[in-house]
Amino acid sequence: MNAPLDPSTHAVRPDAVALARASLLESCDLGEPQLDRALGALLRPGVDWGDLYFSEHSGESWVLEDGIVKTASHDRGRGMSARAVSGDKSGFAYSDELDPFTLLQAASTAGAIARSGGRGQLRMRRERASRALYAPGDPGAGFSDPAKVELLHILDREARAADSRVRQVIANLSVARKRVLVCSSDGRIAADDRPLVRLGVTVLLEDKGEVRHGVSGWGGRLPLAELFSEESGRGHAREAVRQAAVNLDAQPAPAGEEIVVLGPGWPGVLLHEAVGHGLEGDFNRKEVSAFAGRIGEKVASGQCTVVDDGSLPGRRGSLEMDDEGTPTGRTVLIENGILAGYMQDRLNAGLMGARPTGNGRRESYACLPMPRMTNTFMMPGPHDPEEIIRSVKKGVYAKNFGGGQVDITSGKFVFSASEAYRIENGKLGAPLRDATLIGDGPTVLTRVSMVGSDLALDPGIGVCGKEGQSVPVGVGMPTVRVDGITVGGTA
Amino acid sequence: MSPDDLSERVADALAHARKGGASQAAASASNDSGLTLRVRMRSVETLESHQGHSLGVTVYLGRRQGSASTSDLSSQAVRGTVDKALSLARFAAEDEFAGLADADRMATEFPELDLHHPWDLDAEQAMELALECEAAALDADPRISNSEGAGVDSGESSHAYGNSHGFLRSGRSSSHSLSCAVLSEQDGRMESDYEFSAARAPEELAPAKEVGAKAAQYTLRRLGARKIKSTRAPVAFAPRVARSLMGHFCAAVSGRALYNRASFLLDSLGKPVFADCVNLSELPHVPRGMASRAYDAEGVATVNREVVGGGMLNGYFLGSYSARKLGMGTTGNAGGAHNLVLQSTGETLEELLAEMGEGLVVTELMGQGANIVTGDYSRGASGYWVKDGAPAHAVHEITIAGNLKDMFRNIRAIGADMDRRGGIHTGSILIDNLSIAGA
Repeated sequence: MNAPLDPSTHAVRPDAVALARASLLESCDLGEPQLDRALGALLRPGVDWGDLYFSEHSGESWVLEDGIVKTASHDRGRGMSARAVSGDKSGFAYSDELDPFTLLQAASTAGAIARSGGRGQLRMRRERASRALYAPGDPGAGFSDPAKVELLHILDREARAADSRVRQVIANLSVARKRVLVCSSDGRIAADDRPLVRLGVTVLLEDKGEVRHGVSGWGGRLPLAELFSEESGRGHAREAVRQAAVNLDAQPAPAGEEIVVLGPGWPGVLLHEAVGHGLEGDFNRKEVSAFAGRIGEKVASGQCTVVDDGSLPGRRGSLEMDDEGTPTGRTVLIENGILAGYMQDRLNAGLMGARPTGNGRRESYACLPMPRMTNTFMMPGPHDPEEIIRSVKKGVYAKNFGGGQVDITSGKFVFSASEAYRIENGKLGAPLRDATLIGDGPTVLTRVSMVGSDLALDPGIGVCGKEGQSVPVGVGMPTVRVDGITVGGTA
Repeated sequence: MSPDDLSERVADALAHARKGGASQAAASASNDSGLTLRVRMRSVETLESHQGHSLGVTVYLGRRQGSASTSDLSSQAVRGTVDKALSLARFAAEDEFAGLADADRMATEFPELDLHHPWDLDAEQAMELALECEAAALDADPRISNSEGAGVDSGESSHAYGNSHGFLRSGRSSSHSLSCAVLSEQDGRMESDYEFSAARAPEELAPAKEVGAKAAQYTLRRLGARKIKSTRAPVAFAPRVARSLMGHFCAAVSGRALYNRASFLLDSLGKPVFADCVNLSELPHVPRGMASRAYDAEGVATVNREVVGGGMLNGYFLGSYSARKLGMGTTGNAGGAHNLVLQSTGETLEELLAEMGEGLVVTELMGQGANIVTGDYSRGASGYWVKDGAPAHAVHEITIAGNLKDMFRNIRAIGADMDRRGGIHTGSILIDNLSIAGA
């Protein structure tokens, strides 16, 4: 799936804060005096700074199974939290009650973290205008409930028509919206109204008693009407069937080190695991990352430039501002092979003498923010993707991946191929069964010998977990040749 | 919010659903509160106070089903949530299998499970405990070089569940934990590992010093790790990772995977799926058990049973919906399994290693490489190599692979080193002939 990769000029949307105030604060009798009182309670002697975070979300999901839409569910919630920061310490309290008394109580509880030191000052509040990376309002607008049901039936019918061996189709749609407002002791008040839509189709194919599954999904911070068309829906249904059919023919994957060519798009999960997490500010401030203290060192081949960019319009990992009110942007992590920068939130940036990069994210009001990725991808290189595959005498071509994981301290990381093929004498051969690939984050990119020109981002369904918090993210990569990574098959 | 408050909200939701025309309805509500304190490098890092609640409702209009949930438990919000569920149900299709579990399956006896042991813990005490825990790790060895911190977590929860059969129950529970993760360094290479203790009652937590000392011990054990050559060998899964194998088993014999035919253990009831030495029980009423429940998420009574006996599969994990789809009865597992206990074959860890002779002990697994549809298994691993029945050196950056069907049949022994910290109790599991991919 292609998407614009240049940060475009964004329209200014000054009404975001006003709308969020009306919806989250004014309806709960929370006005300027209440905010000031709460921030005052937060800024006890010893507290350097703090913030109040308000959010409300609503979402619905629809599931089709056995050819019928069996159930639909709706979720709604709101709450707020108060955070006080004193040096490297954070005090935090939250509640899903929104009223002046609870707010003050949460602020006092959070402020109790301070013992000595800091002297934060309450500054005049100023609204920060936000940019428009996504359309405001209900992302499901234009789709009635029966239209959502019909959408899932289109996926189901197309998948069943594509192959007579299809035994089951599970299709799902989720449409969500989250409004957040951050009010911090340095006077900043900022808001963001975030749509999030995700569609998916899973098919099970059965042939001679053997069952295989295939999955295809797509999404982003775009209106459903833009993401879904009959054509795109049918395409994803056929893609899920194609993957399941490929898996029916798959042979055991090899066990051991191989030359691996990674296809464009999803395989960018390699970057997310191998270098992304290791370059988050908190791990580096604490020096628990294998990348700690290595800025300026060579950690990848000269062909590799890796960035994190939360300001791409409509992408799943994008945010107009992070959950501390810092605008998102493009952070260069690795430039021509040299480690260039870390992703930061306010706390870790402050302690490291760096600038916040708009990566301070939290799953919900019930969580403390921390440095997180947004959309992480490698810039395109000079090689034609066909040429890259042709260059390999014997190896593996990995086209689709499931999840991954990393041990940031040792740098070891894994990611699991869900669609892969043998490469023999420069040509794609037999499909291979699921296999996990394992490598060493700080050195794997030094083995990248060719970078393709075909940068693609994933289709918009990624979720990243860290310390129990899940957030939507994006990954991307052009076709890349890695000269040696361990493939965990059985053959 | 007390259990009685929650019961009231649930009853209100059910009454509103009936008024709105629901033929059946179920609602559940919960309230959680707690404290989390983390220290790092001998000083406080975060102090978090938690307070949250939610209510969810499922309504049926005949065979049509809709659900909704809210974090706002005001009467107005609860009724709005019920209305939303009703409106969604109108757009769902008729599903002949939809509905509550049968009324005669509702639990009528409620054994005392002893799950509620609040901890009167203030921030000061939590800090002392966490500092003591981390200090025990940091002071254990000069090669312990850094820390990810130690933490104390204490939480209480109230819950209520009711449905239109007239079932309405509420209760309280608590859960507490203590954890620590530290780094070791040697020849410029860093490793980290962790230890934790978790229990319903604070007095059952392991001593802070012990948790810290173990974290240090595990972290030191990883120093000098090497990648090994690809090979086939017996692999012992340490208890903290062995439970994931039982998790894959549960996923494969759970209702939804079975009726979708998305399981490598289809039609395996009454057949040998494990080696003869494997016996697995489900014990839902263990006092203070981490997954103890008198009734499942549909109000159905839970029962003690032998899920696997002598390697034979005696039962699935079904809720009423999947049971109807499969033409069977619910097993009281809507919402999952309740305390699984894998019986040891008696060997201590030392005896297990002696029996293995040469092979791999896995102490950490990475990634999600278990395919429940096919049983294909391939995960990143680290641990240590065993030679002549004794630990030889640490191993990392390898994968282990096989097919779960074969792996379950190839279990040779289950150690006596039982880990009872979670809902799955198991010792080390020794499995023959796995594929190891390395250099």
